Amino acid sequence: MIGSRYDAVIIGGGAVGSAIARELSRYELSVCLLEKEEDVCSGTSKANSAIAHAGFDAKPGTKKAEFNVKGNAMMDTLASELEFEFKRNGSVVLCFADEDMPKLAELYQKGIQNGVEGLEIVSGDTLRQREPNISDEVVAALVAPTGGIVCPFGMTIALAENAADNGVEFRFNTAVTDIRKHDDGYTVVTNCGEIETKTVINAAGVYSDVIHNMVSEKKLHITPRKGDYCLLDKEAGDHVSYTVFQLPGKYGKGILVSPTVHGNLLLGPTAVDVEDKDNTATTAAELADVVKKSAVSVKNIPYRLTITSFSGVRAHEDGDDFVIGEAADAPGFFDAAGIESPGLTSAPAIGVYLAECVAEKLGAEKKANFNPKRRGFVKLAEKSFEERAALIKENPLYGVIVCRCMNISEGEIVDAIKRTLGATSLDGVKRRVHQGMGRCQAGFCTSKTMEILSRDTGIPLEKICKNSAGSEMLSHKM
Amino acid sequence: MKQYDIVIIGGGPAGLAAAISAKNAGVSDIMILERDESLGGILNQCIHNGFGLHTFKEELTGPEYAARFIAKAQEMEIPYKLGAMVLSVSPEKVITYMNKQEGLVQISAKAIILAMGCRERPRGALNIPGFRPAGIYSAGTAQRLMNIEGYSVGKEVVILGSGDIGLIMARRMTLEGANVKVVAELMPYSGGLKRNIVQCLNDFNIPLKLSHTVVGIDGEKRITGVTIAEVDANRQPIPGTEIHYDCDTLLLSCGLIPENELTREIGVEMNRVTSGPNVDDKLQTGVEGVFACGNVLHVHDLVDHVSSEAALAGENAAAYVLAKAETESAHKVTLKAENGVRYTVPQTIDVANMRDSVTVRFRVADIYHNRSIAVYYGDKKVMSRKKRVLAPGEMEQVLLKKDSFKDYPDITEITIRTEEA
Repeated sequence: MIGSRYDAVIIGGGAVGSAIARELSRYELSVCLLEKEEDVCSGTSKANSAIAHAGFDAKPGTKKAEFNVKGNAMMDTLASELEFEFKRNGSVVLCFADEDMPKLAELYQKGIQNGVEGLEIVSGDTLRQREPNISDEVVAALVAPTGGIVCPFGMTIALAENAADNGVEFRFNTAVTDIRKHDDGYTVVTNCGEIETKTVINAAGVYSDVIHNMVSEKKLHITPRKGDYCLLDKEAGDHVSYTVFQLPGKYGKGILVSPTVHGNLLLGPTAVDVEDKDNTATTAAELADVVKKSAVSVKNIPYRLTITSFSGVRAHEDGDDFVIGEAADAPGFFDAAGIESPGLTSAPAIGVYLAECVAEKLGAEKKANFNPKRRGFVKLAEKSFEERAALIKENPLYGVIVCRCMNISEGEIVDAIKRTLGATSLDGVKRRVHQGMGRCQAGFCTSKTMEILSRDTGIPLEKICKNSAGSEMLSHKM
Repeated sequence: MKQYDIVIIGGGPAGLAAAISAKNAGVSDIMILERDESLGGILNQCIHNGFGLHTFKEELTGPEYAARFIAKAQEMEIPYKLGAMVLSVSPEKVITYMNKQEGLVQISAKAIILAMGCRERPRGALNIPGFRPAGIYSAGTAQRLMNIEGYSVGKEVVILGSGDIGLIMARRMTLEGANVKVVAELMPYSGGLKRNIVQCLNDFNIPLKLSHTVVGIDGEKRITGVTIAEVDANRQPIPGTEIHYDCDTLLLSCGLIPENELTREIGVEMNRVTSGPNVDDKLQTGVEGVFACGNVLHVHDLVDHVSSEAALAGENAAAYVLAKAETESAHKVTLKAENGVRYTVPQTIDVANMRDSVTVRFRVADIYHNRSIAVYYGDKKVMSRKKRVLAPGEMEQVLLKKDSFKDYPDITEITIRTEEA
């Protein structure tokens, strides 16, 4: 057994697990979060559409609808408390044919039922006045002003840091292999030993069925649903201002075209069911599909400005809804399972709900000294001349540019490493301060960032990894 | 705000040569801004030899070649700043840079020479499908890790792209004990120099598979293998031609892109083919007093050519500052590249005020055998030079003499094209 007995163990450090951790840290509880990778935000949370969905899409009455709308409404406060990037740029759903108009109206009605505010249906011409690159084929569109874009890494990391600052213990490289139920709690078996806890919260993403099925006879089954994306250079970032969806119709499942909070243009995802939960390999056919279908919505997308493509796996549960709450046959075991889209948007609301459930179960009181604030990253590139000059004076490392494309300084990278739950891998640095996310994709700054990581973490250079163990960057010292 | 006569952005081979010639031409108030911690640019990691055959008539390594220019610049007491990253350049020639010592600084210049070099095309821009594990490097990144940091990046290697850095790294990794299994090239010809194919691949029995590309990458953590396939005339993979290679490293050498972010900010007209600015025979961009040279202007294959081009930019920038230029009214002639010639640098020549001669550099679009390079003044052919082989990987040049324009007082266009010999 490692450590003492916890009140709650959260399995999974994605957006949902981190949100639950942060909400649980409001209570007088001992909480531990287990993550099998070396960092938070290493699974589905790191590769998705980065959208705060308005909430018109989910079927009324479902958990998806409920948590989506609640989560969306929390975003402004959360983004300001935790200082992560979020913008309400608005979403539009395009309709390409008059015969599909009833479907657009249906979507509008669903939105109203779900409680989405500000929805309107506009003509294609009206939309093109606001958004000139929208296809000439578009006859009408649903506009949802509450739709937004968010940095999924920024949000997840901020939630986790704030949770850690408020007392939640994070254990990385810790994979759960079994869970044993007792009269008064659970033993969580991991690759690093056994952990005793009164309650367990399952936020294991695509593995949430496996975790759930360790304790419950009411089995869950998750189908990993893969989606490929293309990311375009900042030069293309203002090609559209709205997040542009397609009405499911003659073009099949939609591909979105969206600006990102980092100023890039994002295209995708495809939707292909795969066998392997870790199959995040892009395929030529799917990437071609992204290009083809995005061109249906938006004119003149400068595909030659593609800087990277990636793929993520969503956790699609057979019941086609989120599974949230205490398992019927396992008291004290709470699920946040089958969290696919709109999971990122819903995560904050799921966190609040499940934390309340757990606190009630354990009869926990709220802490007097919970600190809801977390210091965001200094984004030097966005500062004014004077602010920047002052920052460099204060810390000369802000004057040393490491990543040329994104203008990320050594000071920012050092902060990413040294702060709460600091980065220990190249991907960890990248997700925190966006080093290497630009057009050269870390061609120039890889070696310098590795040096800084090695210097400030004490990890020898040849052991520096891209992400978790096994992804070492170098083979040997010559 | 401190004003300099000439500010040079970049202290690599182009920036150094430009600075030296500007000073020789009579301008002393120069500042080189270099973002790295040492002068010399990418030459510092190019520890192989083959540099300087044209400039010094001897074979030097990259650092040796750079050292000669650095020594010269230091001997001439040309000022420079290291670790100085230029953040922006305005059309009014105000330059904002920052470094550790001074913080954020704004300076202005009478003339600016752009010499920022180029970067490698990353995997993402190639849209290679598959996983995104560790062990995939652009060739130059691997070169830096090996030659500067002293760490090998892998043992079983596949290389995609036959650009010069990829070819050099095939040899470098072989010499370091790695097993370089294959170099795959999408195009039906190599993008690298013939001499590098011979000395870096053939001499080490490393196969070069033309018209092949990577169609799959295996390995979730560290790369464990790649699949390559032959491509058809439209560069699409041909099903059934896949070959799998186990490997722990994939190097990419798939093209270089001039780093023109600052150039675009100044608002100069850019060239779609070179990805550099359009320049006249003085290597001056569309904004007066802003000059460009080296790989930021167009990607070169020999540093010797970079040095000579940059020397010209330095001289012209000095003449601009000393107001010696443009005495006669201008006679601008546009250069047109056609029939197998992809582009020319410069893109325009002021025939009235040109020097005694101007070197026009260009690349061809494909491998051509027994063709000639023809130059037309208006519709009159004035020059034709037969070439046994023309290749996209080898930059070509023609020399146009001022005298030769005497009989063509009214031309508006010069055409450079390949023709059947």
